[in-house]
Amino acid sequence: MAGIKTSSDFEFMLGNHAIAEGAIAAGCRFFAGYPITPANEISERMSERLPEVGGKFIQMEDELGSIYAIIGASLAGVKAMTATASAGYNYMQEGIEFAVATETPIVIVDVMRIRGAEQPTHADIMQVRWGAAGDHEMIVLAPSSVQELFDFTIEAFNLSEKYRNPVVVLSEMTISLMREKIRIPHPEEITIVNRKHPTVPPEKFFPFEAEEDGVPPMARFGEGYRVLYTINPHDKRGMITGDLEIYEKLYQRIIEKIIRNLDDIVKFKEYFIEDADIAIVTYGSEARAALEAVRMARAEGIKAGLLKLITVWPFHDALIRSLAERVKKIIVPEINIGKYYREVQRACEGITKVVSLPINRGRMHSPKEILSKIRSEM
Amino acid sequence: MAHPNLNYLRPGSLPHMYCPGCGVGQILNCLIYAVKELDLDMNKVVTIGGVGCTSRIPAYFNTDAIHGIHGRNLAFATGVKLANPELSVLVIMGDGDCAAIGGNHLIQAARRNLDVTVIVNNNMNYGMTGGQVSPTTPTGATTTTTSRGNIEKPFDLCKLVEAAGGTFISRWTTAHIPQLINSIKRGIMHRGFSFIEVVAQCPTQFGRYALGLRDPVENLRWLRENSVTKTQAEKMSEEELRGKIIVGDFVEKDEPTLVEQYEVILKKAQLIQR
Ligand code: SF4
Repeated sequence: MAGIKTSSDFEFMLGNHAIAEGAIAAGCRFFAGYPITPANEISERMSERLPEVGGKFIQMEDELGSIYAIIGASLAGVKAMTATASAGYNYMQEGIEFAVATETPIVIVDVMRIRGAEQPTHADIMQVRWGAAGDHEMIVLAPSSVQELFDFTIEAFNLSEKYRNPVVVLSEMTISLMREKIRIPHPEEITIVNRKHPTVPPEKFFPFEAEEDGVPPMARFGEGYRVLYTINPHDKRGMITGDLEIYEKLYQRIIEKIIRNLDDIVKFKEYFIEDADIAIVTYGSEARAALEAVRMARAEGIKAGLLKLITVWPFHDALIRSLAERVKKIIVPEINIGKYYREVQRACEGITKVVSLPINRGRMHSPKEILSKIRSEM
Repeated sequence: MAHPNLNYLRPGSLPHMYCPGCGVGQILNCLIYAVKELDLDMNKVVTIGGVGCTSRIPAYFNTDAIHGIHGRNLAFATGVKLANPELSVLVIMGDGDCAAIGGNHLIQAARRNLDVTVIVNNNMNYGMTGGQVSPTTPTGATTTTTSRGNIEKPFDLCKLVEAAGGTFISRWTTAHIPQLINSIKRGIMHRGFSFIEVVAQCPTQFGRYALGLRDPVENLRWLRENSVTKTQAEKMSEEELRGKIIVGDFVEKDEPTLVEQYEVILKKAQLIQR
């Protein structure tokens, strides 16, 4: 095992190791973390692998230490990641607010689990969207397989560099601790996006003046641009201001750079949707059971389909609405009390009926459970 | 003619927010003299502040900078220094940032011998928020949250950092300007975790509530009269030292830094790889 993994052979790999390998392939060269189950294999693998590619690993004193260390590394120009699990994500919310406000690219892995009982859950689906003070949009990718953990981790780095926003890889205990066959692509098959760099000298540079895409270029620490990164309201020079009009405009831009680019950011997969009467909308591990349920329903002659959301946040209202216009009913299975359902229902208001299918006892739905819901809703 | 040190301040950042006679201005001034006398490449300096009056220094000091998260200064600094060891990292904070909310980051960074220079303004209270008690407020002192007197013991920050593993440690007050400039210079040049505590006046809050002294000059006089050098302190009894501020350069040790130790790991990993 040397350098960036480049074999195009198939490998049998642990989910958490696939996240680490995806990060290294994406150019991540700094990792800070704090032990927490079931995310530990990510830290362990990074501590082993990063020095081999010239990167650095540090185990910090807590989750706050971890998130601020990766922000510091990113400001110094190095792609950086941390990994935690639900309870640890709580602490990181503070740093997420800073990363949003200063537009610092970072990647955070959240391996969702039930506190005290190491069992699967989707309970963090709202925490990763809303869990930080201040106004923000979040980009959150939800993988369903070990291959997707690898692929989406690369995508997470690319999106965070492109939009200068924190990006979350929302894993689950089930997928992170599962071993599956994956294919590691050749480096030339992998697209790598790097943040834009200023094209003007320091005296002409405004570090928070956006270009057309809504995103300002970013200088590294030590290049002479002497940028102040503050969480306080700041003007285009980065200077602290009490001017609430500047504050309002700043957050408007930070939000719009994501919202204006929904079609670029939001990725999804459709299965049997074209002629479907009833659709499942879900994400993560539930999408696997749902696809099986849809196949079983089709075998019975029920026209069921699946919309699997890869990007769970930002929420693409128009995408969900256009699905609602085509089907008679939407079912949203989740491993929690039925949280994402509310968002889907909001988008479909007055167009089609949306039904929640929650399970909140530490396991995913079986395909049969989803199938029987499809049958009863037909 | 412009002031010869004006180019050390961020263009457009003045006027500053400090109260007249505040010690923070003196600390910023000493910092400027220190980097100027060292002829430091200011393009390679990163200044990190948290929240509070002192932590606002990075908004004025013209370098790459981080500001605005209470207590996490040294966590940011760890990432910056490991990511680019060529950068000189200065961490500027108050006693709230350093000894309360950021206390764990302080001792862990000292333990790792992270190669940064920490300057702590210990004005013995939370100035910006209205003069509340802090972990360095003297026992018995009246503050806005200890109207009947502080029942807790203050930290001796220099001893704390020494026990944690800091390798350059000094304490001065804002009544010891030449000594302070000299220690900041030595701290910046020192390889490893440098910690410089500055006991300073906050006339608006601590001066008013705890000392009953609103005049900045009176506050400075109080600092000078209550300070003893470490050589003098060696000859004094515990009783005589009660309430005194012991000043001096306490520790200077040569030990491998976090970055140097990591270089060894990098070499090992790459040797195995070949
Ligand atoms: S409140 Fe105290 S520390 Fe803050 S600026 Fe005023 S005098 Fe200085």
